[in-house]
Amino acid sequence: MRFIEIKNCYKVYKNGVAAIADLTLNINKGEFIFVIGASGSGKSTLIKMLYREEKPTKGTVEIGGINVGKLRNRTVYKLRRKLGIVFQDFKLLPKLTVYENVAFALECLGMKGSEIRPKVIKALDHVGLKDKIRSFPGELSGGEQQRVCIARAIVNNPKLLICDEPTGNLDPKTSKGIMEVLENINKELGTTIIMATHDKEIVNRMKKRVIVLEDGLLAEDHEKGSYKASESI
Amino acid sequence: MRKEVIKRVKAFRILGRSIRDSFKSVFRNFSLSIASILCTTITLILVAIAIVISANVNHITKDMEEELTIVVYANADTSDEQLKQIENEIKEISEVASVVAKSKEEWRLEMKSYSETLNTTLEYLEENPLLDSFIVTVNDAEDLRPVALEIREMNNIESANYGEGMVEDIISVFDIIQTVTLVMVIALIVVTAFLISNTIKLTIFSRRSEIEIMRLVGSSNTSIKLPFVFEGFLLGILGSIIPIIIMIYGYLIMYEQISNSSSFSIIELISPMPFILITSITLLLIGSLVGMFGSARAVRKYLKI
Repeated sequence: MRFIEIKNCYKVYKNGVAAIADLTLNINKGEFIFVIGASGSGKSTLIKMLYREEKPTKGTVEIGGINVGKLRNRTVYKLRRKLGIVFQDFKLLPKLTVYENVAFALECLGMKGSEIRPKVIKALDHVGLKDKIRSFPGELSGGEQQRVCIARAIVNNPKLLICDEPTGNLDPKTSKGIMEVLENINKELGTTIIMATHDKEIVNRMKKRVIVLEDGLLAEDHEKGSYKASESI
Repeated sequence: MRKEVIKRVKAFRILGRSIRDSFKSVFRNFSLSIASILCTTITLILVAIAIVISANVNHITKDMEEELTIVVYANADTSDEQLKQIENEIKEISEVASVVAKSKEEWRLEMKSYSETLNTTLEYLEENPLLDSFIVTVNDAEDLRPVALEIREMNNIESANYGEGMVEDIISVFDIIQTVTLVMVIALIVVTAFLISNTIKLTIFSRRSEIEIMRLVGSSNTSIKLPFVFEGFLLGILGSIIPIIIMIYGYLIMYEQISNSSSFSIIELISPMPFILITSITLLLIGSLVGMFGSARAVRKYLKI
């Protein structure tokens, strides 16, 4: 079933830089996709267009039937509630505990405390951090912080999880752990995952669909692809 | 129906969260909050002084104006008919509020009561030496002079006098005082709004990451902006507490002093109730509105969503 539909999409920034050119891409529900490419190839722009941080200059980006580019600033939050986003730099609030950081996402939506608690515990259980709920982000390792970030992203049961280089700051062993968490989420919850990455090893090992961007153009699109397919990067 | 209810409950929860957050933020950025609160306090103290001064000046001027009359004397040999005619003519002047005729007989009775000597003198005289008169009041103190001049032009008028010179001077001084205080108050309010706006700006910057995360997890714009507006509101309210206390006690003490002292007997201040209550509410309103406008400005300018 088609979930994300990108049609003849262009993105030209105000300073004249063309980040994405004529991109057409379909993604099905439950897929796990890597987006790879050199710096400046348009990876981040593509990711940003998915959560409507950027609007396409031309063409359409549709997620679950919603034309994301047409959303007004005022109503973007409705889209974001259906997405989970994971960043390279975690974006955790240092003064809140692990539990509070994850609960924050639900509190913002006006949920009741008694409703929030089981969801947060479940999400933290998923990423294997149930025993650290009282710790502060500063007391955690990089990998653990990223797990908190993933827990926060999945706590509201999103249909789509967008990861922007989630392992960029982590060592290979920790990265492997994170990837296991993501794969679990993809399998058990059926969440569609789109992940931009630089990490060759991960891409090669996971054998998932790989999209290669080059200067904003879709260079390659392989089912069960690997980094080898694009040695030039 | 159920969905509607849930939606409303959620909105209330977000509102509660906003209020809680604004309190937290005031204490978290304590030094900055104190600076804004103090500035609001100082401004509102001056606003309070200005309100007290200008309200009382207004009150005193009104009192004076009410007492201001033109006393018109008719010529000694004016007949009753002519007197009637003069009264009607004066009544026709548009600025005139009232005309009361006071005959020479009435004057005689009044003057006899003033002192024994006068009484005897007036008794002794066979003919009443006094003149028939009219007490004329005008709508506005500024009309005194033109009306008096107009009456002097009429027939059979001996004189038409009011407290020339002095009255006009006092009124113009009072006018200047009122204008100056008004301008000062407006300027101070603007400065305070800017200061609160600045405080909120810094709060916005210090909570940038929080705002970013709120956006990413799908907080609506209103629920992101609300805490900041509440914070400004709160700063304004906190800033108005001290000025209100100072105003209440200050005014009560001043009122007491002035009404008990003999040297100020000509000045009569506005009685404290309900004046201090109205002024307190005004100060609270100015404080909270200035806070809210200040923060709304900062939110509009610096909180890009």
